[in-house]
Amino acid sequence: MRHIISLLMENEAGALSRVAGLFSARGYNIESLTVAVTEDPTLSRMTIVTTGSDDVIEQIIKQLNKLIDVVKVLDLNDGKHIERELMLVKVKATGVHKDEMKRMCDIFRGRIIDVADNSYTIELTGSCSKLDAFIEAIDRSAILETVRTGASGIGRGDRILKV
Amino acid sequence: MDASAHSATDTHAKSMTGADIVVSCLNEEKVKFVFGYPGGAVLHIYDALYKQNGFKHILVRHEQAAVHAADAYSRATGDVGVALVTSGPGATNAVTGIATAYMDSIPLVVISGQVPVPAIGMDAFQEVDMVGATRPCVKHNFLVKHVKDIAPTIKKAFYIAKTGRPGPVVVDIPKDITAHVADFIYPKTVEMRSYNPILKGHSGQIKKAVKLLLAAKRPMIYTGGGLVLGNGAAELVKLARALNFPVTNTLMGLGGYPATDRQFVGMLGMHGTYEANMSMQHCDVLLAVGARFDDRVIGNPKHFSSQKRTIIHIDVDPSSISKRVKVDVPIVGDVQSVLSDMNEILAQEENQTTDTADWWTQINEWRGVQSLDYAYSDTVIKPQYVVQKLWEVTKGEAYVTSDVGQHQMWAAQYYKFDKPRRWINSGGLGTMGVGLPYAMGCQFADKNAQVACITGEGSIQMNIQELSTCAQYGLPIKVILLNNRYLGMVRQWQEFFYENRYSESYMDSLPDFVKLAESYGHVGMQITNPADVEGALKEAFDKKDKFVFMNFLTDQTENVFPMVENGKGLSEMVLSPRTASRLKGEE
Repeated sequence: MRHIISLLMENEAGALSRVAGLFSARGYNIESLTVAVTEDPTLSRMTIVTTGSDDVIEQIIKQLNKLIDVVKVLDLNDGKHIERELMLVKVKATGVHKDEMKRMCDIFRGRIIDVADNSYTIELTGSCSKLDAFIEAIDRSAILETVRTGASGIGRGDRILKV
Repeated sequence: MDASAHSATDTHAKSMTGADIVVSCLNEEKVKFVFGYPGGAVLHIYDALYKQNGFKHILVRHEQAAVHAADAYSRATGDVGVALVTSGPGATNAVTGIATAYMDSIPLVVISGQVPVPAIGMDAFQEVDMVGATRPCVKHNFLVKHVKDIAPTIKKAFYIAKTGRPGPVVVDIPKDITAHVADFIYPKTVEMRSYNPILKGHSGQIKKAVKLLLAAKRPMIYTGGGLVLGNGAAELVKLARALNFPVTNTLMGLGGYPATDRQFVGMLGMHGTYEANMSMQHCDVLLAVGARFDDRVIGNPKHFSSQKRTIIHIDVDPSSISKRVKVDVPIVGDVQSVLSDMNEILAQEENQTTDTADWWTQINEWRGVQSLDYAYSDTVIKPQYVVQKLWEVTKGEAYVTSDVGQHQMWAAQYYKFDKPRRWINSGGLGTMGVGLPYAMGCQFADKNAQVACITGEGSIQMNIQELSTCAQYGLPIKVILLNNRYLGMVRQWQEFFYENRYSESYMDSLPDFVKLAESYGHVGMQITNPADVEGALKEAFDKKDKFVFMNFLTDQTENVFPMVENGKGLSEMVLSPRTASRLKGEE
């Protein structure tokens, strides 16, 4: 099953590689991993999307907790949560594609953030599955380039991950 | 770097170089021995340690041996072991030692030199990314980039190494900052928001566990290295005796329960006794203490789980619980504290034990199989016999180190350890070559103790250069070489699983070990006749101030039994042909 794990860790050199190294050394999957500093500059927050059986996820959480730099770990799947991912897609914007891309972009509530002679760059935010759906919906041959950030997640309401 | 390490305000802070700070930190930690080898990046530190007399530096002949010796020192004493190596090859040579300590959860602080900060990343001479290289095999590691961070980092390193589930911590220190000057303030305490090991077990869980134990019909206690490292042996003995339950130890756990005690059923696992493995498989309530159900211990986990039993697991590391086998009552905490709580709760119970008479009858029947029985020969030395005689001659009191292979298993099976911290071996990583440096660490830990290194002719040659270190420091170690001219365990597997194709498992061109030992100024002995074994051992141990290298030429074809083959269940043991035919005869 797909799980989205949030964690807070000391914002120190090498902290990211400890997490990445743990996943590769123990053979856990990483679908995506995002990390950036929080409002407290001594802490980084990471969102990891992974898949595995309940036993594997339990081990992942325990192993993450075992890392000395990791302050807190939360499996967002244990409660209600929101996830968002940002994608930038550069598409052909010539001939039939020109109007079609604008229309699809509007339907998915994206924004065109760069217009060139032959292409648009579309910015799209949403759950991972929404971004997947956009890719499915447009003509594959029109896609020039995509870049995705990986999911960031947060608990709903009172579910707060803080030191 | 460090807002979280508390700095004690000391008005008498002395200004000193980074190198002097490193040395002062080690003295603050009351380190007695530092095992190491000098080199370019640690020259400032070596100059600083020359000028102090707090700790003694032990010069080894290879950095791997420095870390192994520090590791054994820690296993024998319970203190944090300390090693000091230079950058690049010094650091990479140390990695096997660090990984060995990591797998067995041994607290070490390894200080490695690094190229100067401006040279990092420039592919400088003797540069290696030590933090990157050791990341998978340390509890934690640090690269110190400023002289003012040295003291708080070393303080943290010791704290992390010895608390919770212990492990090695590497502190990588660039050369230039050991020349920089700062005020020396050694923090009094460490507080880390990201690291707070749980020590006190959950009282509800402990009560539940005691109830389960008292309701058991076929109880079993299984303890591992964690019991020894957590100094929980005395509490465990108290609990086991009060309950009259059978006890087995893992390879790492030997000595956790006295081997000569009636309730001890021997080591379990791949080469465990018949009675230990059968009791483990068929028990209805299992108390696991500081053990991790690893592949060499329970065999095939599916086969193990096919038998229903309730498992209580005490461990300081939550990630060891329910990793390979689902546990019913997890108790996270320090083993000594949890066992002491259990003893207290048990003392308040009305009925303080449960009827295990039928279970003991069954266990004694399994004992009757005598799975460790072997054929004594008066023409060729049996390795098991040497270990038995060693146990007798040393009255079971020696520190025994081993290397890795058949001799290691025979040592574990036939030397009866009654005390914890006496059996020193590489259980997790299985590192050949640890035996001699381990013996050095033990001898430094207890200079008057009898220290025996049981080894093979393959393993001993992996760190044989340390014969020189032993000569330098006059270490009266006794090397018990069970020399069968084969890589015995490899040969055994090739015999069993590769139709006797002995691919590269024969040890040709062995040195004359007697002459080799003598060339270092040691005593060398060669023993070929079984009748001479006991006398030779007595003679060797009578030489109290001499290093004696005993080359026992042993039976080339002897195998280790019982054996649980890879992938097989714990109760599906292969018994020795001798035991098997005896059982057949009895039918």
